[in-house]
Amino acid sequence: MSVPQLTISDLAKQLQEQKTTAMAVTRQSIERINSTDGQLNAFVTRCDDAAFKEAAAADVQLRAGSAGPLTGIPLGLKDIFSTKGVRTTCGSKILDNYVPVYDATVVERLRKQGAVIIGKLNMDEFAMGSSNETSSAGVCRNPWDRNHVPGGSSGGSAVAVAAGQVAAALGTDTGGSIRQPAAHCGVVGLKPTYGRVSRYGVIAYASSLDQVGPITRNVEDCALLLAAIAGYDPRDSTSVDRPVPDYQASLNEGVAGKKIGLPREYFIDGLDPEVKRAVDAAMEVYRGLGAELVPVSLPHTDYSVACYYLIATAEASSNLARYDGVRFGVRHAGAGGLIDMYQQTRSAGFGDEVKRRIMLGTYALSSGYYDAYYLKAQKVRTLIRQDFTRVFAQVDLLLTPVAPTAAFKIGEKTDDPLQMYLSDIFTIPANLAGTCAMSIPCGFDAAGLPIGLQLIGKPFGEGEMLQAARAFEQATDWHTRQPSL
Amino acid sequence: MKTRYETVIGLEVHVQLTTATKIFCGCSTAFGQSPNSQTCPVCLGLPGALPVLNREVVNAAIKTGLATNCRIAPYSIFARKNYFYPDLPKGYQISQFELPICEHGWLDISGEEFDPKRVGITRIHMEEDAGKLLHGASAGSLVDLNRACTPLLEVVSEPDMRSAAEAIAYLKQLHQIVVYLGVCDGNLEEGSFRCDANVSVRPVGQVELGTRAELKNLNSFRFIKQAIDFEVERQIELIEEGGKVVQETRLFDPDAGVTRSMRGKEQAHDYRYFPDPDLLPLEVSQDWIDEVRAALPELPGQKRQRYEEDLGLPAYDAAVLAAERPVAEYFEALVAQHNHPKLCSNWVMGEVLAAVKEHDVTIASCPVTPALLAGILKRIEDNTISGKIAKTVFSAIWQSGKSADEVIAEKGLKQVSDSGALDALIDEVIAANPTEVTEYLGGKEKLMGFFVGQVMKASKGKANPGLVNKLLKERLQQKT
Amino acid sequence: MKITEKDVAYVAGLARLALSPDELTDLTGKMDAMLGYVDKLNQLNTDGIVPTAHAVPMANAFRDDQVVASIGAAAALANAPLGVEDYFQVPRVIE
Repeated sequence: MSVPQLTISDLAKQLQEQKTTAMAVTRQSIERINSTDGQLNAFVTRCDDAAFKEAAAADVQLRAGSAGPLTGIPLGLKDIFSTKGVRTTCGSKILDNYVPVYDATVVERLRKQGAVIIGKLNMDEFAMGSSNETSSAGVCRNPWDRNHVPGGSSGGSAVAVAAGQVAAALGTDTGGSIRQPAAHCGVVGLKPTYGRVSRYGVIAYASSLDQVGPITRNVEDCALLLAAIAGYDPRDSTSVDRPVPDYQASLNEGVAGKKIGLPREYFIDGLDPEVKRAVDAAMEVYRGLGAELVPVSLPHTDYSVACYYLIATAEASSNLARYDGVRFGVRHAGAGGLIDMYQQTRSAGFGDEVKRRIMLGTYALSSGYYDAYYLKAQKVRTLIRQDFTRVFAQVDLLLTPVAPTAAFKIGEKTDDPLQMYLSDIFTIPANLAGTCAMSIPCGFDAAGLPIGLQLIGKPFGEGEMLQAARAFEQATDWHTRQPSL
Repeated sequence: MKTRYETVIGLEVHVQLTTATKIFCGCSTAFGQSPNSQTCPVCLGLPGALPVLNREVVNAAIKTGLATNCRIAPYSIFARKNYFYPDLPKGYQISQFELPICEHGWLDISGEEFDPKRVGITRIHMEEDAGKLLHGASAGSLVDLNRACTPLLEVVSEPDMRSAAEAIAYLKQLHQIVVYLGVCDGNLEEGSFRCDANVSVRPVGQVELGTRAELKNLNSFRFIKQAIDFEVERQIELIEEGGKVVQETRLFDPDAGVTRSMRGKEQAHDYRYFPDPDLLPLEVSQDWIDEVRAALPELPGQKRQRYEEDLGLPAYDAAVLAAERPVAEYFEALVAQHNHPKLCSNWVMGEVLAAVKEHDVTIASCPVTPALLAGILKRIEDNTISGKIAKTVFSAIWQSGKSADEVIAEKGLKQVSDSGALDALIDEVIAANPTEVTEYLGGKEKLMGFFVGQVMKASKGKANPGLVNKLLKERLQQKT
Repeated sequence: MKITEKDVAYVAGLARLALSPDELTDLTGKMDAMLGYVDKLNQLNTDGIVPTAHAVPMANAFRDDQVVASIGAAAALANAPLGVEDYFQVPRVIE
């Protein structure tokens, strides 16, 4: 078996039993990328040389018997994580030449645990998109059907895992950017509770919504990788100082007796019948496993997209002010003065979607509009949070579709941003409420495109959510299917 | 003409804090380092970097708030002030907007040119400083971000001041307080204590405020006074000529002594303040406030009052001694060892401050420590040495660091209080000055001073002047 | 119309974006559609609702006032589009 088929836990076992070496695994990963990435475009930047060095160091650890579960495991990183000495573009022309001088906390943690960083993965520019079509590195393609999008914004991360290029990857999720591409590519993706994982060194899109999470081939890997990156970081004021539970230890406890809520607002007319069929089947699986399925209501769901697009764009308009051509990045300056330099740099450096969001966010904060837009959205955010608090007093978890449809065709929604935004309706509420949520494979449509099931957990309820995901995975084999490449 | 108008002044003071590190990162705040050497991903505004609040900055804000009679907010938040400028790395300044940490304070001011009054303090908030821009010979401007993210307190007054003199009195008092608290080094030239003045005029009796001009670049108390006086004149003249004051920022030109409009060089301001999602709300408990209050030093106003009321010092002495914290601390350490406040005060204000100035040292590093000086004062009061000899002893201690008793013994400076030894000297003096003796006996009693002086001179200053006086009187009496 | 081309041009100025006439027209249409959509929030009565800035309620994150080594001017300027000696250089700012 080679990397394309293996999970982190399989690989770790083989490495620790010295049936293979980190060098060999790294080589397999790189060969797989060489043979497949021409069709997929998952990688923005490759780190082959550094990866071999890291693999050699991992082999020393493995031979010395001091290896951990991630030692020698080939991983990919969304190109949003600051990586010391490795170009980090965030999918934008404005950062085309940017080489960070520091590592993000999560990268530092992975390195310390001996992981081998294979490269930086494609994404929507500044994580703004649901299709990976806004990247300066070009579109990334769905391995199940290359005419379809992989989802976004962590498209490259989901693709690299689904295509067997790396064992697992990290993405970020602001409004569904881990879960939606994971669903569209048939892999597992988890957005932790806000504050669970450090954001230090993660290029900000919307600071109050962004969260880092794993994209993996199965739930066990997801638990393992989450444990590796989670925990308090004094460099991120919003990271929560709260112990990280042993997710793996409780993974196999099952769902018997658990109450799983089915929010009726997530089963709407726009839901694709094939998606509905797959999710209905998943409900039956849970019923069979002894869970109690309870109809619930999250009445403010319909306001989430509007609420999200005001808050996220407002924060983004400020977060993206630092791209001014002064200290880093690509500067465009003509004969004009300072303001001209700013305008040319930003106009040439940002793509259309980023500009649209900066404009909307700037408007929402501008004099005379703050109360009507930004503040109003923050108040509605409170109502949405309260929906979840109320519902989690009744049930342990929520079960919903991840997206209303399977992956759409490349170019299908690029001319209608609002339609694109509306496709995030089921993933956005968890970001607004700050709670954890994940996507697991639950079937395929007639065209052979994967369908994802969303589980939403209580704040800091990752352990319980992973148990439920694991129980489903053990009862089904959707996660074992692989695209032919 | 001037008397028909009333001047209205409000002040915004930026107090740079003396913390070891910046407000949101661990870079040093040391002044005068090579450009961009004191920077990190956070203060450079690199992608992905995040701010974490320096606890000491909050302590400094609470201290300053308490010392200026403010209410300390139990809940305050940081906001982003968004604008583009090359000295502002993130494209926004982290500041406080709604819900600042301190509000509703005041300072009482007094001075010779106005009646004592209370000046309101609207708010005090924490924020980060910007970097420095240099406009050298090169085609462009240069950016040094060492100062970026340095902690500031912005102290905003109510428009309660009616003259430059009142504004200066307020500023000096605020300056004294922040330096006393140790939260600021108070250096105006280096920009540690920066003031912007909002100045307007209105006809006497008018309730609503006139249109104000904001004056900047005021880096000495003298410039502040000049700038305000100039601006008041300018506005009155403008109104008298039928013109209108426009709301604008004006730079003070210290060479010409005038303020100049920055009009046309400013962009429209729409700062789009919103709560910074990277920082958490700040909750200050009553316990925290109490803890800071308990550790607060006695402030200059309180010290002045105590020196007058409890120590019985004249107002002048109290003001001089309390003006600077190291002087007050020296004085209090001295009184603790030698409980004669007025004698202590005389020595600190006289000999000590003069010597410190002459040798260009700080009072804290004065080699004649309060303990050593107390040793001198003790020997004055027990008549071992005269006040005049004491000054010699003081100089000797400054050089040697020895105790007063050691110096007195080594140099043989002990006062002669033995009447036998003095009798001989007195006899000599009387014998040598027969004319003066006759005149004295003829009623010219003020010649006593002359005789005392002669005896002191003969004793090389060591004779006990009181005893000499007494003995001389007796001996001259015998001549009649 | 929720927003005019003039408004969009003003906002572009604040955001330091230069827009071509075509971009201005296109953006005005798209922003107008978006603002029309977000108007649905006004269906909700939010009187007395406390706004949420952080989804997980938290307060008071501090660091100690301890100096941490800086990265140094060379690293600070490593990515600078234009540097002169140890300074970043920008087009001349008129004061």
